[in-house]
Amino acid sequence: MVELILGKFNYLIAIALAMIGFYAMIAKSNLIKKIIGMNIFQTAVFLFYISIGKVHGGTAPIVWDKAVLYDNPLPHVLILTAIVVSVSTTAVAFALIIRIQKAFGTIEEDKIIEIKRNGYKGDME
Amino acid sequence: MAIDILLLLILVIIAIAAIHMKDLLACGVLLGGYSLIMAVLWTNLNAVDVAFTEASVGAGITTVLLIAAISRTKRREDDPSPFRHKVQMSIIVLASTAVFVFALLDAPNFGDPNAPANQHVAPRYIHESSHETGVLNMVTAVLASYRGYDTLGETTVIFTAGMCLVMLLRRKNE
Repeated sequence: MVELILGKFNYLIAIALAMIGFYAMIAKSNLIKKIIGMNIFQTAVFLFYISIGKVHGGTAPIVWDKAVLYDNPLPHVLILTAIVVSVSTTAVAFALIIRIQKAFGTIEEDKIIEIKRNGYKGDME
Repeated sequence: MAIDILLLLILVIIAIAAIHMKDLLACGVLLGGYSLIMAVLWTNLNAVDVAFTEASVGAGITTVLLIAAISRTKRREDDPSPFRHKVQMSIIVLASTAVFVFALLDAPNFGDPNAPANQHVAPRYIHESSHETGVLNMVTAVLASYRGYDTLGETTVIFTAGMCLVMLLRRKNE
């Protein structure tokens, strides 16, 4: 049991962070809070990938005479791309939230659902 | 190794605090600190390119975007959702956690050089990329040469996101 926890500690923390983010996404009604949760979930996935690429005794994947083992460079490349994509999705999400605030006057999900249930389509000016 | 464990535990604490706070600006600042600690952790895991991208893009741009969004909406989160809703969602989260941990039982240990992820194409990149591309940094070689189309696709994503922002946020009467 101790061996399992210590041997896979990075992965366990990645799961914990992902679940914290997931909880924020489904349980909080504030839209900005949901996006913060999404960000935490994304970084948890990044942590998982980078941990997979780490090799015991490996050095950074840059050519060096004294290096015996290198870490796996492929997860680093994939995560570099993923970080930029995650910022793009965050930016679009915030722009949508600003439009929702303009249209409904609130960014709380339960209140928006209630307003829509009363037949109000939103003021798109 | 000990510093890794310490940093990971700090990350979990900051994440819980960022979810718990009612003041959204405080959440944003916490998220910036979270990204910074993540960057330190990645330097420690030898992912140096990822570390500086995270420090500039994750800690910098995301925080700026968050503060911009808060300044145009509201700073405080309203009163929380009902207790029953929270309990239901916690059950879903706990069930997903159980599934993930169960899947983890069969995974190779952290740092295992013989793990399948480190045996497929990675040796080829490590041994051949400096001859084939002339770039000493393997991450750059893979990013710009072997997976160049991937980077082109990433640029397309950024362009699309920029167009979305322009279309969503422009003012009509100008």
